[in-house]
Amino acid sequence: MLDTLRRVPTPEGIELTLRLAGPVPRAYAFVVDLLIRGVILLVLVQILVFLGRSGWGLMAIAYFLLEWFYPVLFELLWGGATPGKRAFNLMVVNDNGTPVTVGASITRNLLRAVDFMPAFWAFGLLSMLFTRDFKRLGDLAAGTVVVYRDKVRSRAALPEVPPRAPAYPLSLAERRAVLNFAERYNLLTEERADEVAAHAGPLVEKNPSPANAILAIANHHNR
Amino acid sequence: MSQTAFETKHGKLWQAFEARMKNLRGKNDASEQAAADWPRQYRQITHDLALAQSRAYSPELVDRLNLLALRGHQQFYGARGNLLVSIIEFIGGGFPALVRRESLVVWIAAALLFIPMLGMIALLQHFPEYVHYFLSPDQLRSFEGMYAPGNRSLGPRHNADSQLMMFGYYIWNNVRIDFQCFASGILFGLGSVFYLLFNGIQIGSVAGYLTQQGYIQTFWGFVAGHSSWELLGAAIAGAAGLKLGWALVAPGQYKRLDALKRASRVAVRLLYGAAGMTTCAAFVEAFWSSISATPFALKVGVGLAFWALFLAYFLFAGRGRNAD
Repeated sequence: MLDTLRRVPTPEGIELTLRLAGPVPRAYAFVVDLLIRGVILLVLVQILVFLGRSGWGLMAIAYFLLEWFYPVLFELLWGGATPGKRAFNLMVVNDNGTPVTVGASITRNLLRAVDFMPAFWAFGLLSMLFTRDFKRLGDLAAGTVVVYRDKVRSRAALPEVPPRAPAYPLSLAERRAVLNFAERYNLLTEERADEVAAHAGPLVEKNPSPANAILAIANHHNR
Repeated sequence: MSQTAFETKHGKLWQAFEARMKNLRGKNDASEQAAADWPRQYRQITHDLALAQSRAYSPELVDRLNLLALRGHQQFYGARGNLLVSIIEFIGGGFPALVRRESLVVWIAAALLFIPMLGMIALLQHFPEYVHYFLSPDQLRSFEGMYAPGNRSLGPRHNADSQLMMFGYYIWNNVRIDFQCFASGILFGLGSVFYLLFNGIQIGSVAGYLTQQGYIQTFWGFVAGHSSWELLGAAIAGAAGLKLGWALVAPGQYKRLDALKRASRVAVRLLYGAAGMTTCAAFVEAFWSSISATPFALKVGVGLAFWALFLAYFLFAGRGRNAD
């Protein structure tokens, strides 16, 4: 199935679900980090310029550290996320769901040098688009993924329709689909909503308005 | 069991677990009793998640339990050891043991760096005009200026107050080259091969040309001290890159991606050592090599001593230890 969920088996015999982040939010996060790094450098220049040549030496070291180790530091010490990633609710984890390790973080951040090649992150973007888990080359080598930092979701507000039980018990995936449909109902035209809902087959058979039938089931499950 | 009954039965534990995860963030001073109880709680959560999934309880509840289990999983399996201890162990024997275990790629990288370098030095003694194939007239002039006999301070730029500046510059430039040499190894090793050959030829042409010009005391006196740190560091960084590339070229019994992941875990440790050596090289270069008052014999003596120490270090340190 084409989706952005990744299931990770654990030693306890269960499967955890990670929600993977694609190139676009990651690019936003990168830009935020770039700005933060720029501001830090600007501030440092103002201070170090008074130290003359020694100041330039310290500046070169600061630039070196910001360029290579800014992401590593935050990923290891601040819950797997740089400030930019945190702003977009993202985090880096190992692809077995555990927090990113020192070696993995360093590997994925050093390999940015190759992801950037030949220009404008071309290799990294291509790699993200052609791999199952949106991995750039650094993620492939380090065995890491960028995922959404999940929050507990509150009960969704659904369009009010008299609840009705489905003809047969639904599986978890089916329930999710029904609830997702109800949450997005207001974004669709009536015709389109009916068209989408008609795919539910036996659940909506012989019903004049398939969308309403699905909403009724959603309300039943959302009580 | 209905979902409501399930929730009332286990809700307390979930809340306790949630609170505990919040407290865990940042500090590790939880009481021993609670710590001993925690794995059992975590197992219970995973159990509840599996039940909630198979009994098709509401997606909200499944999501909540998934989140709890995920945080527990990260806490449980994400423990890290003491960083300082592992650094000391690495320097004290883990690194040389690793270099010996990975000696094949290290030898190949060293050959790619040192053969062109020594070849260029030898070549330029007999055909000095060939240097123009490798270095531009501007470069030649600037190198001649740096090492002209009679300079008060040697090496690139010469001012007493600029040692710290040059230290920063060497770190920014030389360690970055190590990183690039490592990273570009993922392009089937080609990037690392390129950087190794390019650096070998570049260093060899400068050294060969200045030797042929007779700047022996100034040039060799300057580079002797940090040569071992820098050249061995560059070779090992290249070896780390080759290790990545080789995993993609010849993955053996693994899938290419799995081979890459396995190799990168080893390669990045080689790179730690290489980057550490290059950083030390920057220190030696900025604060020892640049002192022009030191007699030539002492400079060369110290340089040779470093080479001998490294030879002994890589041959004998950490024997009988696991390279991991």
